[in-house]
Amino acid sequence: MNPIERKKYDWLAIGLYLGIVIFGWLNIYSACYDPEHAAIFDLTLQHGRQLLWIAMALVLAIVILNVEPRFFADTSYIIYLVVIALLVLTLFIGNETNGGKSWIKIGSFKLQSSEFAKFATALAIAKYISAIDIDIAKFRTKATAIAIAAIPAGLILLQHDTGSALVFASFILPMFREGTSGMVLIVGLVAVVLFVLALLINKYVLIGIVAACCLFYLFVWLNKRTRRNYTNILAVFVVAVAFIFSVDMVFNHVLESHQRERIEVLLGKREDLLGAGYNVHQSKIAIGSGGFVGKGFLRGTVTKANFVPEQDTDFIFCTVGEEWGFLGSGLLIAAYVVLLVHLVSMAERQRSTFARFYGYSVASILFFHLMVNVGMVLGLLPVIGIPLPFFSYGGSSLLAFTFLLFIFIRQDADKNQLL
Amino acid sequence: MSNKYADRNRVVKTIFIVTGALFIVRLAMLQLFDPKYRELAEQQSLRPVTQYPARGFIYDRHGELLVHNEAIYDLMVIPRMVKGLDTNYFCDAVGITRDDFDARMKKARTYSPYSPSIFMKQISKEEYARWQNKAFRFKGFYISQRTLRIYDRPIAAQVLGYVGEVDQADLDRDPYYRMGDYIGKSGLEKSYEEVLRGVKGKKIMHVDALNREIGPYQNGALDTLPIEGCNLYTTLDADLQQYAEELMANKRGCVVAIEPSSGEVLAMVSAPCYDPNLLVGRIRGDNYRALNANIAKPMQNRALMEQYPPGSIFKVAQAVVALDLGVIQPNTGFVCDKSLVGCHNHPSAQTVPDAIKMSCNPYFYQVYRRVIQQNHDKSANRDSQYGLTVWHDYMLRFGFGKQLDIDLPKGGMASGNIPDTSFYNRWYGRRRWNFRTIYSNSIGQGEVAVVPLQMANLAATVANRGYYITPHMVRFYGPDSVRDERYTTRNETGIGRQHFEVAIRGMYGAVHEPGGTGHRADVPGLDVCGKTGTAENKGNDHSVFIAFAPRENPQIALAVYVENAAGGGGSWAAPIAGLLIERYINGEVKRKDVERQYREAAPCQKLPLPPHKAKKSKKKRQ
Ligand SMILES: [Zn+2]
Repeated sequence: MNPIERKKYDWLAIGLYLGIVIFGWLNIYSACYDPEHAAIFDLTLQHGRQLLWIAMALVLAIVILNVEPRFFADTSYIIYLVVIALLVLTLFIGNETNGGKSWIKIGSFKLQSSEFAKFATALAIAKYISAIDIDIAKFRTKATAIAIAAIPAGLILLQHDTGSALVFASFILPMFREGTSGMVLIVGLVAVVLFVLALLINKYVLIGIVAACCLFYLFVWLNKRTRRNYTNILAVFVVAVAFIFSVDMVFNHVLESHQRERIEVLLGKREDLLGAGYNVHQSKIAIGSGGFVGKGFLRGTVTKANFVPEQDTDFIFCTVGEEWGFLGSGLLIAAYVVLLVHLVSMAERQRSTFARFYGYSVASILFFHLMVNVGMVLGLLPVIGIPLPFFSYGGSSLLAFTFLLFIFIRQDADKNQLL
Repeated sequence: MSNKYADRNRVVKTIFIVTGALFIVRLAMLQLFDPKYRELAEQQSLRPVTQYPARGFIYDRHGELLVHNEAIYDLMVIPRMVKGLDTNYFCDAVGITRDDFDARMKKARTYSPYSPSIFMKQISKEEYARWQNKAFRFKGFYISQRTLRIYDRPIAAQVLGYVGEVDQADLDRDPYYRMGDYIGKSGLEKSYEEVLRGVKGKKIMHVDALNREIGPYQNGALDTLPIEGCNLYTTLDADLQQYAEELMANKRGCVVAIEPSSGEVLAMVSAPCYDPNLLVGRIRGDNYRALNANIAKPMQNRALMEQYPPGSIFKVAQAVVALDLGVIQPNTGFVCDKSLVGCHNHPSAQTVPDAIKMSCNPYFYQVYRRVIQQNHDKSANRDSQYGLTVWHDYMLRFGFGKQLDIDLPKGGMASGNIPDTSFYNRWYGRRRWNFRTIYSNSIGQGEVAVVPLQMANLAATVANRGYYITPHMVRFYGPDSVRDERYTTRNETGIGRQHFEVAIRGMYGAVHEPGGTGHRADVPGLDVCGKTGTAENKGNDHSVFIAFAPRENPQIALAVYVENAAGGGGSWAAPIAGLLIERYINGEVKRKDVERQYREAAPCQKLPLPPHKAKKSKKKRQ
């Protein structure tokens, strides 16, 4: 333990970040490419503005790397409260898009407050969990942690930004790492499977399948059949049946019509290639037509002809798929996975609970974005509009993700100093 | 410590890796193992279809349709989307040569490889029908419908103007226009372009591999509907216009007729005339070149663009100005002293009406001398400066020496010339001129120049006894009947009504009394008032006549200008003016022999014009 040990930045994480940002910009340039206006630095065009955001993000990153690591731990709650205030403010003075207010206009810059809520919440929960007298096993602890995440999520839901609100479910993973039961993950997975099956097949057949599974578990899997086991399995069965019957109600009354349509399209219950299914259909065409090596930089035809809406933001992955092919898009996915896995390893080497929890949060938030965005573009998940981290066009999201990642890289650089 | 859960990092990493692997498998399915998407990408395309609004119709003052639209079809191309084209087969199908095809393709590609441009303009209905059957073979090509201007009567070509394709200057000036769009190029089509054109709409269609439209892109979320252009209700009287054009056949010159009480232009003829349908459709290019090359300049609207010496009609204005200044009285007489300025043989005028009636040049020499030399200064030169300034002021109030604010394109419109002191100072040097230098102005020669519209406006001003309403071509437009405020206010000359009555006595005498110069304008039963003019010219003199009728509550005031017509204003312009007045007020012309004589007369050498296009249908729209 050497107190004057020099800061050691994790260059693998920084390198992957830079690589993804640069590759992202190339694809934004291509998505907006117009042979008649090929200027690179033109602030009236997306790629020109994104260049400005990237420059700002890099400055921000350097600033963060030179801040005392304690700073973020000490000011966690303040940052959190500021962001909550910003979210509330957005509800009142925000600019309307898609029926919800999610932007605050500052000059010509549109600030999307929900993007900044993610790292602020991560800091706040990390701070709460890392307090000395906290016991993760207590219900009270879990409830508080959930509340810290639920408040911004609720406010974002009020902005009609379902996608960004769902991101706050990412905190299940860091909580799991800190010791909450893995049942949450299993129950969640089972619930999703049941939800999908309930929409696809006859409910009584599905109940029969569930009953068969319960019986199989009880009589084949378990060696000891205690009375407790019987009652537990029975309880699970009853809850599952109730869940199956509630699916229709949730689907028809809780979800909004466009969300219903998107799920139906995904499940193949609706063929609407010019309507609700249009985006994903075009997106699959763009990616599928890329082949193994792609059509080449600036050579995409589906994306160039503007078949894919929002191809510079949520559907930017289409351009990668079309122009860089399986090779390029596969490598991009691989780069993300390497970054994510590496972030988990980094988190594990932290000496403080705060830094570890925060590291897991970073990895989980990035993972959630990657999963939902790429899953949507590839037609595996319903259309939920959230950006691809470091990649999609947008100043707010790039700056917020840079905050998120570099705060952790800064913590990591000083991991050997005891906090 | 919670590090007892450290192993759980493997669960988390597994989730990440499995998800990534799942995506890569999915990518492989889409990109490597399923050829469907590659085919779909090649097959589909978007086709932006511009929806052109119907251009507004143009009506005459009685609601008769003058201009309407008919559908035509353009063959469009999006170069980037042309794939697998059998060029020879295509050339056969549309009837062009291979070289032609290459040239057109190159032009389209230069404009933009991604945007549609017109490959072939205005294909016929038959060609369109043939095309429909083969369209699926020609990916990247499609038909776009638009409308063509049809002129219901072959009249008023220079006033109505024509529409043509936008040029680079139009494209640079107004982003509304795209290459291949049509725009008003002259006349009312140009000055009311923004009223007539409406607003274009846009439709984006999804097109499948067979080049068929399968539906609106994104359910039409990005589409906009076109807004129809407004109809123009003009002040023209189509019958009078047509009659005037017939009378001006084989002549060069112009006619402008105005309703004095409203300033509405009833007829505006610039001869030689041509059928406006000559500048429509595929034939336009050739006809345009022919008309443009014609030395008689048929495309020019002489009524606005040509400035002439006004000749003796100018004397009417001189008389009322002198009377208003008090330098002469109605019964002032001057001897016809031909040593001052030339004149014809007639008894000396004893009164102002006599002088106007007989158009005595020496008389108006004297009148003008009194206007210019008012004895304000001992120096004749300085005195003339003062007088000229006063006179110049008066002339401007008649609408001379400046562009009248008519609702026709201002480009190329002449303003005429009324010389002021600075003009002569530049010309002769400061104080190096006086009345003796400039006296020719008195009889409408010298440095004065007047546009025919201004001459007709003079007739209207006299008819109104002292004011005019700016002449205009459009009464109102659009469903809301919008009227232009510029055309509801009086422009006063500030000259007393009684002075005009004196001049009118002379104009009445010119037509009706012995010794009058304009008796050929006489229409039995109508008290036409008029004034002849002959403007000196290098070749044959020009013949001018201004007139209005009836004497009380005038309904029509007009100017007729016939170029190179020997014999003076009385012999050519006056009888034509008489016929026009008869036609307008009585609705028909009884003096058929006079009509025939002047319709057939050709004072100047006949010039070949493009043949008038045979009209396909004469049916009028409801
Ligand atoms: Zn005389």
